[in-house]
Amino acid sequence: MDPQNLPLDLLERLSNACGVSGDEGEVRKIVLEAVKPLADEVKVDALGNVLAIKKARGEPALRVMLAAHMDEVGLMIVDEEEGGLYKFEIVGGIDPRQLPGKPVWVGKDRLPGVIGARPIHLTTPEERKSAIAAESLRIDLGPEGGKKAKPGDRAVFATPFKVVGPSVMGKALDDRLGVATLITLLERAPSHLEFQAAFTVQEEIGLRGARVAAYTLNPDLAFALDATPANDLPTWDGSENTTYNARLGHGPAVYVADGATLSDPRLVRFLLQTAAAHHIPYQIRQPGGGGTDAGAIHRQRSGIPSASVSVPIRHAHSAVAVARLDDWANTINLMLHTLQALTPDILAPERS
Amino acid sequence: MENTKDLLKRLISLPGLSGYETPVREAIADAWRPLADEISVSPLGSLHALRRGQGAEPRPRLLIAAHMDAIGLMVSQIVDGFLRITEVGGIDARILPGQPVIVHGRRDLPGVILQPSPRLLPPHLGEKSAIEMDYLFVDTGLTPEEVSALVRVGDLVSFAQPPLELGGDTLVGHSLDNRASVAALTACLEELQHRRHLWDVWAVATVQEEETLGGGWTSPFNLRPDLAIAVDVTHARGPGVNQDYRAFGLGKGPVLGWGPNIHPALFKAFKNLAERLDLPHAVEVMPRHSGTDAIAMQVVAEGIPTMVISIPLRYMHTPVEMVSLKDIQRTGHLLAEFITGLEADFVAKISWED
Amino acid sequence: MKELIRKLVEAAGPSGYEQSVRDLIKEEVTPYADEIRVDALGNLIVRKGQKREGGLRIMTAAHMDEIGVIVTHIEDDGFVRFTTIGGVRPHTCLGGRVQFINGVRGVIGGEKLESMDRVHSFDKLFIDIGATSKADCPVKVGDVAVFERPFLDLGKRLVAKAMDDRIACAIQIETLRRLGNTPNEIYLVFTTQEEVGTRGATPAAFGIDPELGLSVDVTLTGDTPKGIKMAVALGKGPAIKVRDSGMLADPRIVRWMVETAEKANIPYQLEVLDGGSTDARAIQLVRAGVPSGCLSIPCRYIHSPSEMVDYDDVQNAVALLVALLSNPITLG
Repeated sequence: MDPQNLPLDLLERLSNACGVSGDEGEVRKIVLEAVKPLADEVKVDALGNVLAIKKARGEPALRVMLAAHMDEVGLMIVDEEEGGLYKFEIVGGIDPRQLPGKPVWVGKDRLPGVIGARPIHLTTPEERKSAIAAESLRIDLGPEGGKKAKPGDRAVFATPFKVVGPSVMGKALDDRLGVATLITLLERAPSHLEFQAAFTVQEEIGLRGARVAAYTLNPDLAFALDATPANDLPTWDGSENTTYNARLGHGPAVYVADGATLSDPRLVRFLLQTAAAHHIPYQIRQPGGGGTDAGAIHRQRSGIPSASVSVPIRHAHSAVAVARLDDWANTINLMLHTLQALTPDILAPERS
Repeated sequence: MENTKDLLKRLISLPGLSGYETPVREAIADAWRPLADEISVSPLGSLHALRRGQGAEPRPRLLIAAHMDAIGLMVSQIVDGFLRITEVGGIDARILPGQPVIVHGRRDLPGVILQPSPRLLPPHLGEKSAIEMDYLFVDTGLTPEEVSALVRVGDLVSFAQPPLELGGDTLVGHSLDNRASVAALTACLEELQHRRHLWDVWAVATVQEEETLGGGWTSPFNLRPDLAIAVDVTHARGPGVNQDYRAFGLGKGPVLGWGPNIHPALFKAFKNLAERLDLPHAVEVMPRHSGTDAIAMQVVAEGIPTMVISIPLRYMHTPVEMVSLKDIQRTGHLLAEFITGLEADFVAKISWED
Repeated sequence: MKELIRKLVEAAGPSGYEQSVRDLIKEEVTPYADEIRVDALGNLIVRKGQKREGGLRIMTAAHMDEIGVIVTHIEDDGFVRFTTIGGVRPHTCLGGRVQFINGVRGVIGGEKLESMDRVHSFDKLFIDIGATSKADCPVKVGDVAVFERPFLDLGKRLVAKAMDDRIACAIQIETLRRLGNTPNEIYLVFTTQEEVGTRGATPAAFGIDPELGLSVDVTLTGDTPKGIKMAVALGKGPAIKVRDSGMLADPRIVRWMVETAEKANIPYQLEVLDGGSTDARAIQLVRAGVPSGCLSIPCRYIHSPSEMVDYDDVQNAVALLVALLSNPITLG
């Protein structure tokens, strides 16, 4: 995959679509349209996961599950107050300090609204030392905004996607990058595997969709395709940044361990050997913290060997994330070559 | 057949702490036996009751879960005849001092929870401090020798508050979370005795909701229902929770859940039904999860479309929980109406494209 | 049994990387097992017996993994930054020694703190393996290590790192050796990844589909100066778990364990634990549910490199486990 041939249109539509955990319909529609012509079987399950299977030519074939989550972190309206103001709660992990002074889109009709903040003129220096509490924030749909939204409606950051030089900027790159990657891989599914694409729901609130998807698909092994934070900014005192997690421009981030999964070492070795053989740059995502759908998948049934591969993105779970086109292209390449080379032999030795 | 109030008063007078539900399960089984075709007990102790539908085989299955376990305390250590306690389920220790309790030792022993005087407590706990459970004791009034013969580590301690009827059709007592829902489910089964339904209905009194959602995780596994409903309690407006969007009017009807833990098609079906029946009701938005058995049931095996119906309740997780009997009856009626209206192809018609 | 315990505790097997422990255990169990297999997550499953009249299909679980550390970054001058695997506490780190599973050894040092009486947080600690630059450092990001301390035999008391839960692995092995005729079909499972959230036990139990589950693990004690308030003490016998912070043991199983211990004249204690849980909490919730309990070994200083157990408690635990598994079971 050449950065020139990346499906940017698809990524743009996915990034701009609104799909807060539990309300993934808009994203699901785009995914269904894309995968129906590519798969042998497509189904939407009880939680709203899209499961698309491309059967192998010839038996017995290795059953490989790939998961990318359709949901994004966002907000839910919980109460209406006078004059077009709405109380809300955060769905998924958003630092409340990312909220003040932001435009949002509310509900299925994407009503424009804003989350304001007290004017600086009316604050004291003492007050400005502490973060603004999320409970004090409101979504404002304007003075005529009364009754235009209701409790239960979701809201997302109002960020239109754009390409900026070697990078892309948009909301929900976590995990629309993974979704776009998975669709691209499905297009080029190698015929010696059973390719099980799981576009999951509710990852951000507990890896819930992946759990049932893995139970249904019952694969031999699984990869989660996600996005991982790149905390690669300069440190405050100029010292070496030792907690970057991942870095932009250093290729796909391969997980050895995160907060939810200790990746199967056989899969990790295979990924790294493939990267080396094809001269694909890669990085090891720093162990610790976070989690991907692999966290739910590997514990299903009698155990499913799993590993995760992510595109590094800056400012995840905020209004605007940034990713490099090169990193995305290399992630697709790494997965393409890995899938092409995968055989049942990989699981022959004991996990070690 | 017992009326709802008397059944409920009986149920909340029986012990049934999480993990130790047998006494209340037996009472519920007695109430459900005439209302069901089959009764069985799961490996963890949940009660399963099947009402077969009249539709053609293979019949789709609906599971309705109401957890029967209640919160309480457990003896963690015995010191000079006094009992140290730990919680079973979530308890705010500040409601404990002075509470009358029953210690379930070799026999049931009355006791009271004591807050030691300040000089017996560490210096950092002043007059305005909350005293953690670690520092409280249960006094049974017996000598240390009698205590060591009758009580041991691991024995259960339940609240001794007897049921109270306050005006306006309310009932007060401990364990109304969630015996109120069991009573509602029973009322639903009674109504179904005189009505026709196509689907198989599994009424399940689950175990261990307050600790592990154990019943919620395990009962659906072999039953594999096509739909699952959790009936639980939610917060009623009252002192300290009047302006909270998470609290609802006592006596103003069952509360329908909405959020990622609920299938939108089920919410829609219940909302339309409640409006058609002109039944007082409210909607509870739950941004992340429902805090009920539905958390588990939704993600069992291949996944199950779930719904949450809640009964408003004041002072949750205290021995003086308050509930409206009208709300319980309405909930039972709403469930019965839903069941009798369920068409054989309801699940096939569920579309996510809305 | 002390030599077996020593071999087990000194092996290096952090969560997710248990292979050296598994290989050791396989050698010990092969002469006594009816069937041995390793599942997709690395759990070692050893079957003994076929189910007969009055018997049950039972799963017991002792976890092979121990807490440890994993490399997050190599600094330019060769110092190694790390994060934890499982419940490691910073108090037990400074000055400690670690052993990577690739053989490299090192010591844990710390940055200068504002004052001497503070405890380092993990981001202020590092491992010194003697490298002087990134280039000549024999470990890389993702490598794993365990704490290193030799086994110490104090006679009645035994001290080592990883008593949690190698002592239970030893107990399971010794139980297997002594199990003669049994009407039960017993799966003695040596599980993986317990310390990071009882992850191995769930798939192992799913595959076995047992009718009864029993974990064997260590538990805290309340018998040290101004320690936690707990009714369990070293030397008073193995503990029968009533509850911990992750589960309530099935009362029928508690009753069965108590009756068996009393009948066989084995000392025991009843355990209520406020912090911590075991594989039993995972087994209990598998499939349609599994009545589960836990046989606990009282242990002081859990999750430090010097965990202490009482040898009599260990031997009584073996006797109790053999008694439990050898006879027909009616849970009532």
